[in-house]
Amino acid sequence: MSAAVEARDLAIGYPGRRVGAGISLGIRAGEVLCLLGPNGSGKTTLFKTLLGLLPPLAGEVRVLGEPVADWSRAAFARKVGYVPQAHAGIFPFTVEDIVLMGRAARIERFAAPSRHDREIAADCLAALGVDHLRTRIYTEISGGERQLTLIARALAQEPALLVMDEPTASLDFGNQIRVLDHIGRLRRRGIAVFMSTHQPEHALRVADRIALLAPGRLAGLGAPAEVATPDALAALYGVDAAAVAASLPAFSRFPQHRPERHAS
Amino acid sequence: MSIPVRPAAAWLAASAALLAVLVTAFAVGKFPVAPGDLLRSLAGRLSGTGSGLPAAVDTVVWNIRLPRVAAGVVVGAVLAAAGAAYQGMFRNPLVSPDILGVSAGAGLGATLGIYLGLPLALVQGIAFVGGLLAVAFVWRIAALVQRHDPVLVLVLAGVALGALLGAGISLVKIISDPYTQLPTITFWLLGGLNAVTPHDLAATAPAMLAGLLPMALLRWRINLLSLADEEAAALGVDVGRLRLVLVAAATLSTAAAVSLAGIVGWIGLVVPHVARLLVGPDFLRLLPASLLLGAGFLVATDTLARTVAPIELPLGILTAVVGAPFFLWLLARAGRQA
Repeated sequence: MSAAVEARDLAIGYPGRRVGAGISLGIRAGEVLCLLGPNGSGKTTLFKTLLGLLPPLAGEVRVLGEPVADWSRAAFARKVGYVPQAHAGIFPFTVEDIVLMGRAARIERFAAPSRHDREIAADCLAALGVDHLRTRIYTEISGGERQLTLIARALAQEPALLVMDEPTASLDFGNQIRVLDHIGRLRRRGIAVFMSTHQPEHALRVADRIALLAPGRLAGLGAPAEVATPDALAALYGVDAAAVAASLPAFSRFPQHRPERHAS
Repeated sequence: MSIPVRPAAAWLAASAALLAVLVTAFAVGKFPVAPGDLLRSLAGRLSGTGSGLPAAVDTVVWNIRLPRVAAGVVVGAVLAAAGAAYQGMFRNPLVSPDILGVSAGAGLGATLGIYLGLPLALVQGIAFVGGLLAVAFVWRIAALVQRHDPVLVLVLAGVALGALLGAGISLVKIISDPYTQLPTITFWLLGGLNAVTPHDLAATAPAMLAGLLPMALLRWRINLLSLADEEAAALGVDVGRLRLVLVAAATLSTAAAVSLAGIVGWIGLVVPHVARLLVGPDFLRLLPASLLLGAGFLVATDTLARTVAPIELPLGILTAVVGAPFFLWLLARAGRQA
């Protein structure tokens, strides 16, 4: 079966400013791939390229076997959901209004959301355990609730692949755990998840594989225990290996600590 | 922040309020027409048998008040709808329909037309074309600038061109005849419906309605333009094309409205705010609410303009005098609730 998303020898960046090159990676259905990398290493640029929002400088991105350049925006959005970092928003839309926007690629150009779309929006909120937010105003809820709303919006796209840009950033401890649990549940539904995070312990908790993005290149890709070692993380972030091991309790339990596997 | 009311009742109340405003607009003025006479005149017109009223009453109702009230309805509705669409797509509640230079372009066109002593129909035509050209120019400039935020570039280009065209208007005012041309120019720039004829209305209404059509058809999709461009694209929206369609639609209808009524400020800025406070930001409800409120507000203001003072007041003055305090009151009230 073809990978949900596959990048081959990808060069990323903006015209005149190359951010990274030689990036090859693939994500299968029901797999969680976590992207670790220091600030400015090009994580968001890589996401934008995979999402077809930024043309690759070289190489190719395929989603479900088809080159990204061949997809229309609407067809792409029916397969790939994107969860940006939670933002405040400008206008006081309700949470339901925001989640319904996830249906845009499945609603006729001149139509409005149907009862069916509203049911799906409600289901997506319920799947994340936040159906009580439905009538709340998006600009007035907490950062964690906004992040869950944006995940619900991406689920309303009914995607095969979810791209999540630091879904746990700016969340409190409890909401971080909740979001990570939900990501585990998405995997069980067969959705491929590609997410970035600044917290290696989150990657160790949910990832099937981890990718390390050093500025300009892919520094590692593979099983968490093999890739996210104290030495590799120390080199990636430019800090001391002992300090990494000391700040990450998970490493004391290696290699017993592995994310639970599910038949795929 | 939307006020929870039963939707059907609220729409009914708003429609009833608009109807009351329309009836008042037909009834009051230098030649008052009693509501009963209004009904008889309408019945006479519908049945084709004549109303039995003095001919002057029918003339006032059908030839003088009707074009003026109809123009107020359409112009108010168009300006408010364009303002609501622009505030959403430019992600800024301080934006009005003239942000991309349509009013300044139309203003310079009309000012030049008056200065050259052209007939009114030609002045209106030049104003309409001037508005379209100004926005097309701004769009072209913004497309040439390769920056990350195309919305910001568009707004900045619009503000800059607006300033340039404003300077042009001032220049023409200075060189125009201060006794004949300058008052005409000043009145035109402050807006007014006093000169509207049925023929003017028939000439501009198609463009105004044609501009409203895409907004009505895309009424739900417009919501997505209030997201960041890349976010909307990731949700499956062809952002550039949708924005172009809506800017073209809003420009077409606003240019036609301005060429008919002059520069009537405040409506495109304030009415969408009021509508948003009442029904929330979802364009599905915001568009009809803006249409209703814009039409009602402009007809009410125009009725005041021709009744409160011995001389007719320019519309642009009254929309601000009535609109600004009301808006401030509404802001203060909403601030207490939040």
